[in-house]
Amino acid sequence: MTAMISATDLRKTYGKKRALDGFTLSVDEGTVCGLLGPNGAGKTTAVRILATLLKADSGNASIAGHDLTTDAGRVRAAIGFTGQFSAVDEILTGRQNLDMFARLYHLDRRQARQRTDELLDRFALHDAADRPAGGYSGGMRRRLDLAVSLILAPRVLFLDEPTTGLDPRTRAEVWTDIRELVSAGTTVLLTTQYLDEADHLADQIAVIDSGTIIARGTPRELKESIGGDRIELALRDEEQTKAAAHIVAASTGTQPGIDLHRRRVSAPAPERFHNLSTTMRQLHEAGIDPEDIALRQPTLDDVFLKLTDRKEKTA
Amino acid sequence: MTTLAPLTATAPGSPSRWALHDSLIVARRYLTHFRQQPARLVGNLLFPIVMVIMFGYVFGSAITLPDGGNYREFLMPGLFVMTMALGMAQTVISVTTDTAKGITDRFRTIPMSGAAVVTGRSLADLAASVLELIALLACGLLVGWRANGTVWQTLAAIGLLLLLRYALAWVGIYLGLALPSPDLASVALAPIYPLTMISNVFVLPTQMPAWLGVIAEWNPLSATVTATRELFGNPGITTSTSWAAENATLLAIGWPLILIAVFLPLAARRYRYLAA
Repeated sequence: MTAMISATDLRKTYGKKRALDGFTLSVDEGTVCGLLGPNGAGKTTAVRILATLLKADSGNASIAGHDLTTDAGRVRAAIGFTGQFSAVDEILTGRQNLDMFARLYHLDRRQARQRTDELLDRFALHDAADRPAGGYSGGMRRRLDLAVSLILAPRVLFLDEPTTGLDPRTRAEVWTDIRELVSAGTTVLLTTQYLDEADHLADQIAVIDSGTIIARGTPRELKESIGGDRIELALRDEEQTKAAAHIVAASTGTQPGIDLHRRRVSAPAPERFHNLSTTMRQLHEAGIDPEDIALRQPTLDDVFLKLTDRKEKTA
Repeated sequence: MTTLAPLTATAPGSPSRWALHDSLIVARRYLTHFRQQPARLVGNLLFPIVMVIMFGYVFGSAITLPDGGNYREFLMPGLFVMTMALGMAQTVISVTTDTAKGITDRFRTIPMSGAAVVTGRSLADLAASVLELIALLACGLLVGWRANGTVWQTLAAIGLLLLLRYALAWVGIYLGLALPSPDLASVALAPIYPLTMISNVFVLPTQMPAWLGVIAEWNPLSATVTATRELFGNPGITTSTSWAAENATLLAIGWPLILIAVFLPLAARRYRYLAA
């Protein structure tokens, strides 16, 4: 696989603040990379630099094989960019927006008209095509915005918080759109504050803090890196909670955490389903009927909090 | 759902070749705004028309010209210039709004000519001001104003007005790109009103206190007002013997050219270095 996005040691300072401090990232063709990080970590700065909107103070980057500084024109012809706000002209209709941007991408009149129709179809905007975009719902405006980014069917798509401010249903629609684009071969770099969004969409996740990547991997790898799956039990009284804790300790060979007050037991389960089934059998034999039992993966929230927390402590 | 066939942008390496094409597409965008919302144009026109009524009939009844000419005939060239100057507000607001809404960024990620974004904006301003000027000329004819010169003089006067508007469009584009947020547009535009008042738009500088009169005479807007009054053959040709008053036509050409020479490169640079 070839890297469609490749950045090495990018640095950018605003006055005294280091927005990017040795940012290095590589994203393979046809994959989605989710860039996660707390507010002010440098996500937007990184994406804006890679989308030719900002110049880095130092470092190298190339998009689809074109150097960012010496060949910005070719980079622009290869990318689509969707920023935090839906950057469509609200007075123009959806159709006029698409047609204008298509002409600015230097499609001729006929090609532009054809592409506009295709995109209106593709994003289910045909019925609203001749209404001003200002009257669109948030989701429709987002779809129009995405459609504009896709006029040239770019090989690389930058999405800076694409679903911020959208309702859950519209978010799901945007996710579907993004997944379809990726299955057609587009490479996506996505920043998001929503960890579930990264979990749903990203093949690879890069966690950024203070302008540098502090962890990367698949969502699964990241979750395992902070301890893997756990057995979690909810019981009916304190007596059973204590008894269950012993059983869990014996069946997993680990030291469970016990919360007597809330009647919870939680323990690492290195052998996952084997640990779970042993625990269940022994509980049954001891006559304990738990309220709830489950094998749970740490969520990305756990990963994120742990990573950025550790960073704060060492800083 | 269909997948989209990839298309390639034509000749991404030569954006300058596309400068004119792209400028016209950008200009068309702003003109489409007027077609989509004709109320915008009406709004732009309302203010000068209110001024015609207010100054032509309310204050004008109390103002007498030294040479005894008709005040409304004196006033109209001033209002033409004032409208051209106030048009700059439109430019600033629309440029800052585009930036705030991410549309400027959108343009900047497209392999289009960079110069086209600012040039297109200035061309659209020019086209819109032609429409405004036509409406205002008609309004003037209704209240008794006349162009008494030859056809060529009348066209030359209109040319001077549009030249001024075009120069101010570049000032407005630069200001719009330089302002960090649209909220500051009203602050940046505040000097526009005193600039139109402290001039010979409404009153002759010779009737003002001497120090204010000097400022008014050297005001770039006054040069265009005096030059167009001469070309339209309207009353109120100043009796002042200051250099600025005697060389009004030269200044009416010179001032806008200087503004363009300064602000066009500044605006183009500012757009290019938004990335910094």
